Amino acid sequence: MNGITEKKLSFGELGLSFVLALVAVGAIFVAAKAWTPEFAFHAYLFAAAAIAGVFAIGNRYFARPAQTPQEIDGKPNYNFGPVKFATLAALFWGIAGFTVGLYIALELSWPIFNLDLPWTSFGRLRPLHTSAVIFAFGGNVLLATSFYVVQRTCRARLAGDLAPWFVVLGYNFFIVIAGTGYLLGITQGKEYAEPEWYSDSWLTIVWVTYLLVFLGTLWKRKEPHIYVANWFYLAFIVTVAVLHLGNNAAIPVSIFSSKSYIVWSGVQDAMIQWWYGHNAVGFFLTAGFLAIVYYFIPKRADRPVYSYRLSIIHFWALIFMYIWAGPHHLHYTALPDWAQTLGMTFSIMLWMPSWGGMINGLMTLSGAWDKLRTDPVLRMMVVSVAFYGMATFEGPMMSIKSVNSLSHYTDWGIGHVHSGALGWVAYVSFGAIYCLVPWLWNKREVYSLKLVNWHFWVSTIGIVFYISAMWVAGIMQGLMWRAYTALGFLEYSFVETSEAMHPMYIIRALGGGMFLIGAIIMVYNIYMTIRSPEPAALGTRAALVPGE
Amino acid sequence: MTHPASHSPSLWQRHQIFEKNSIILVIGILIAISIGGLVEVLPLFYLKSTIEKVDGIRPLTPLELTGRKIYVREGCYNCHSQMIRPLRDEVERYGHYSLAAESMYDHPFQWGSKRTGPDLARVGGKYSDDWHRDHLRNPRSVVPASIMPGYPWLEQNLVDISHIGENMAVLAVEGVPYTADMIKSAVSDAKTQGSADDASTADFTKRYPKAISRDLGGNVGRLTEADALIAYLQLLGTQVDFKLYDDKANIR
Repeated sequence: MNGITEKKLSFGELGLSFVLALVAVGAIFVAAKAWTPEFAFHAYLFAAAAIAGVFAIGNRYFARPAQTPQEIDGKPNYNFGPVKFATLAALFWGIAGFTVGLYIALELSWPIFNLDLPWTSFGRLRPLHTSAVIFAFGGNVLLATSFYVVQRTCRARLAGDLAPWFVVLGYNFFIVIAGTGYLLGITQGKEYAEPEWYSDSWLTIVWVTYLLVFLGTLWKRKEPHIYVANWFYLAFIVTVAVLHLGNNAAIPVSIFSSKSYIVWSGVQDAMIQWWYGHNAVGFFLTAGFLAIVYYFIPKRADRPVYSYRLSIIHFWALIFMYIWAGPHHLHYTALPDWAQTLGMTFSIMLWMPSWGGMINGLMTLSGAWDKLRTDPVLRMMVVSVAFYGMATFEGPMMSIKSVNSLSHYTDWGIGHVHSGALGWVAYVSFGAIYCLVPWLWNKREVYSLKLVNWHFWVSTIGIVFYISAMWVAGIMQGLMWRAYTALGFLEYSFVETSEAMHPMYIIRALGGGMFLIGAIIMVYNIYMTIRSPEPAALGTRAALVPGE
Repeated sequence: MTHPASHSPSLWQRHQIFEKNSIILVIGILIAISIGGLVEVLPLFYLKSTIEKVDGIRPLTPLELTGRKIYVREGCYNCHSQMIRPLRDEVERYGHYSLAAESMYDHPFQWGSKRTGPDLARVGGKYSDDWHRDHLRNPRSVVPASIMPGYPWLEQNLVDISHIGENMAVLAVEGVPYTADMIKSAVSDAKTQGSADDASTADFTKRYPKAISRDLGGNVGRLTEADALIAYLQLLGTQVDFKLYDDKANIR
């Protein structure tokens, strides 16, 4: 062969182009016969994306070498293209999701912001906000970090050639379909699982490919052990697949209709929804982001993970117990009491593995605590672990039935979710992005640590405004709902309790606005980092920290 | 780490089987995450006590089902629950606590998780059709301090009932007791329910006992999305007659 390989279209390139061409033809057919213009629009989007995919494969073929080497000079030839794309997508969706969040906070303060238009009304924008921050921002952070970490800790190039790009682009296409669908009124009406049958089917294909790329990379590893962060990523990918399939089982009314009906109904559907919903928190927003803790904090602090044994206990206890906690969303409802009690019991027990993880994350800093003074990126990640600890204490407390009877249906739940989402998930994501961007674009450090510091303080104060406003609003409203006059009548009408929320809703919007400003500072900082001409000095990277 | 006294490997060493085999790790994860879900979900499908035995629950009429689709489309569940808890203040504010049976034909359930607005599980019959129409158009015209968005487009859009039969057929497959007769007459039933003095009302109420049938929108001859949504709202929580319902018979 003389070391020269003739360049030809691979099986994957041919096959995927063929499948995408079929998708395009099928989508145009569906669009032509669609029952509603909204569904036709989505079908055309599918067709356009499929055609763009075929062109992208062609373009890439002409640009690529005959064979992509797995190693260069004995070092793995890491595939960072999809990681870079997902990182930038996370920034984009983050700003979009926070902005929509701020906007709906203003709608709750002043309903005139609903504009009397269908696509700007709260009921359609709220799923757009939750999906944009959880699945678009959080999801892209998880894709980026998991594809980075699995390559680094396995010392192997990402498995598959087109597959990683298919996962990253296909996932973001899912987000576009889901998000535009909400604005157009396409939803199956299940919280955090609003996308309809065709978006769900598309996500299933993307997700299975994601699992295969991840596993395939593990199979190529040069390290004997699978690093602890990868256990968490794997649990996240596998469990989310199971939850997604279980909760979204539905029968479409027609292939020409966006509408489908969930096969489950009533009380069973409620249980399955919150089995899904709570474990979207447990596996999407916790296990995946704990993987980030287990890689990025040791790296940034230049310390090994505190305890290998604690990681093992933490991992198995967390994934085993989380799955039981769903019924605490259904206390005092028509769900049978035995299920509520089981859910409460496991929710309280879940406090322990959660704090095991927090301790493992925090104690990783032993011997490096001084870095908190000088390194705002590390400070952001450590504060995120502290918020994790706080939210995972508050959660079990709220799952106690007598506490829940007050907190449920109120803004206390919104406050709890945001102390987890802003303080924990977003902060650990920001920390990871501040680490990842200089590594990916080969820079010594982010453009400005001073701006990171500004981001940290502006958004931290924003979070404090947000969650304290929601605590006050939630507890006050819960108490007003159950307040009685001396004569034994209910003291407040519903709308009086709603009026009392007004000042708190304004403070919440202020907090959310500050959080958004912090994120905009980050985007500027990242932009300047990528643009900066200064390359990383050789050998500045800390050595790999094994879990053992 | 070595243990000179013992020859068998420690538990920590045994754990290495998960750390060195991705497939074994995946199987371990699947087992760990399956147990809780199976224990909590499966019994709900076979324990007879899960859903109370009550009289009066019928499937939604075609117009109510269309209204429910609009309820879902506009994301009403983001701010309104349909689940009254058995707590003193809730029962006094909203009515009898919700039964599992009352949502047994709901695909998907709409119990909700947040009350930015009040619970709607028993809103049926509490307000007039006119009130609902004004309230949907501009909530502040009837409740000055309300923060609910206005939905003026609902009374402008004519309702699309052309495929409602297909919708009911899918629900029938999923266990909602729609008969072939109901599916066949879906479109005419929807029109009947939304208009006053239709000759076919008798047939319609035979298929859907106690269903209301009247000019819901104050707009004779036009069947709008607001009419469908009002038909659904006026039904909510009215199916079980709690004067006859025996709480004690269904203690779970």
